[in-house]
Amino acid sequence: MSNAVEIRELEKIYEGGTHALKGIDLSIAEGDFFALLGPNGAGKSTVIGILCSLVNKTSGTVQVFGHDLGRDRAWVKSQIGVVPQEFNFNQFEPVEEVVINQGGFYGMTRKAAKKRAHELLKQLGLYDKREGAARALSGGMKRRLMIARALVHSPRMLILDEPTAGVDIELRRDMWNFLAQINRQGTTIILTTHYLEEAEALCRHIAIINEGRIVEHSSMRNLLATLSQETFVLYACEPVESLPELPAFEARLIDEETIEIDLSGDQELTSVFAVLRDHGIVIERMKNKANRLEELFLRLVQDDDEAARNKQTEEHI
Amino acid sequence: MSIRSGSDAFEQRGPGERAVGLTTRGAWNAFVMLLTREILRFGRIWVQTVLPPMIMTALYFVVFGHLIGPRIGEIDGVPYIQYLVPGLILMSVITQSYANSVSSFFGAKFARHVEELLVSPMPNWLIIVGYVGGGVARGLTVGAAVTMVALLFAELSVHSLLGLFGVALMTSILFAMAGLINAIYASHFDHISIVPTFVLTPLTYLGGVFYSINMLSDFWQQASLYNPILYIINGFRYAMLGISDVPVWSSYAVLATGILIAYLYVLRLFRKGIGLRS
Repeated sequence: MSNAVEIRELEKIYEGGTHALKGIDLSIAEGDFFALLGPNGAGKSTVIGILCSLVNKTSGTVQVFGHDLGRDRAWVKSQIGVVPQEFNFNQFEPVEEVVINQGGFYGMTRKAAKKRAHELLKQLGLYDKREGAARALSGGMKRRLMIARALVHSPRMLILDEPTAGVDIELRRDMWNFLAQINRQGTTIILTTHYLEEAEALCRHIAIINEGRIVEHSSMRNLLATLSQETFVLYACEPVESLPELPAFEARLIDEETIEIDLSGDQELTSVFAVLRDHGIVIERMKNKANRLEELFLRLVQDDDEAARNKQTEEHI
Repeated sequence: MSIRSGSDAFEQRGPGERAVGLTTRGAWNAFVMLLTREILRFGRIWVQTVLPPMIMTALYFVVFGHLIGPRIGEIDGVPYIQYLVPGLILMSVITQSYANSVSSFFGAKFARHVEELLVSPMPNWLIIVGYVGGGVARGLTVGAAVTMVALLFAELSVHSLLGLFGVALMTSILFAMAGLINAIYASHFDHISIVPTFVLTPLTYLGGVFYSINMLSDFWQQASLYNPILYIINGFRYAMLGISDVPVWSSYAVLATGILIAYLYVLRLFRKGIGLRS
């Protein structure tokens, strides 16, 4: 089976001279749920723009399901559904027309597009709003409308650029479930997000891009396994006046009932509980404080920035 | 093999095989969807799109036809009010075809829903044909409405029905494409009114809508021959009244050449992604 996406030496220099992509390589397997992360201006949207034919590449090759984007552009487009970062539908059109029209642009008959649009609007909780103007929808509903529109032609690959930005937590969870469901049904999904928790919860593979270069590209599991330290928040049953000596652990008393503790990869939580119990502190409940991916992300991006600075310094010397 | 939604819009090919986009049937469905959307768009706002040119034409007939016309008498053996009819109809076709493409496409660019088309497998020529089709639909609809108004004021004659429809159709195609080019280059709302105000309106008014160039001095007669709209209006006038200031073949030549150049130009803009892709 060919990869869903195969990018080689992809470079993009915008007219103003901005070097957005500096020869990136990227492979995404068919059926994968893939996260593309990076700070603002790192090049994520440029990669997605090139995949969706909204941005012209400067050089390099892009293959989608084994087909060259330059040679078989129309066919490649037919295999992709796109949910952009900003609302880009006609706000004056009725909700269902936004989806039906898009089906038509992918060659579907009006009848087939309408049937599919109604299915999707039902699944995404927008069916009751189908006859109203799209501009009357709330922000979260507009995002769901864009997902329905992107799926109307049943693409093999769905690309989502910050799909849950500005969406409340409950709705975000619903969208995660929906996306996980269509991924299980075989749709390859590429996601960019600022919510690293989202990428950690949904994605199996990840690439981190910084200043136009891929600084990490691996499975989520392998990436998280490289973490040497995690932070836990422990809630005591009774107030703790002062923290006892815990020589093997890095611990802090946040308030009289909350303790924060850092554990390295070879340390076990059970030994923490045992030591605390020996000092008369019983833990009622706990949670993993830090977003693990966030920690990794920051570390990788900072390392890359530092490497770039060192290189610049060497060049100046 | 069909796409996964079960439509027959695409041909499915294995990796490495040359793969085409939309099938003929899929392309037709896409065209119908885009054209329908365009027609519904100007239909929804008919008070802004269809009614004003009808009122404007009625005013032209009242002022120029009834009040001033009798003092002018006849031009080329035709009463002035009747002489005005072809020019006024075609003026509406020109302005409305242009206005539809420029406002619709620029609106789509501004609100970014043009991306719905750019990410779709619709080939560039089909997007152009869809938008031009919308411009033609509005141009001809308004042309027909203005003709109805003209019937209230003047007697209409038809010299060549085929010529009448042919010139109107070709004119609306040409100016719908010109509007599309304007919209592609435009980056502000101001830019979509500059060409109609400073180029199209003067050329139309000086293109023989209200007079025959035989009434002008030699210099201005020669200068008028460089105005392409003169040929278009006279082609239409010939189809209605059987009179023209220029040879009829030149009207069709100007229109056909204009359409070809405009089409190739707009296709090039789409291919290069100018104003559309970064």
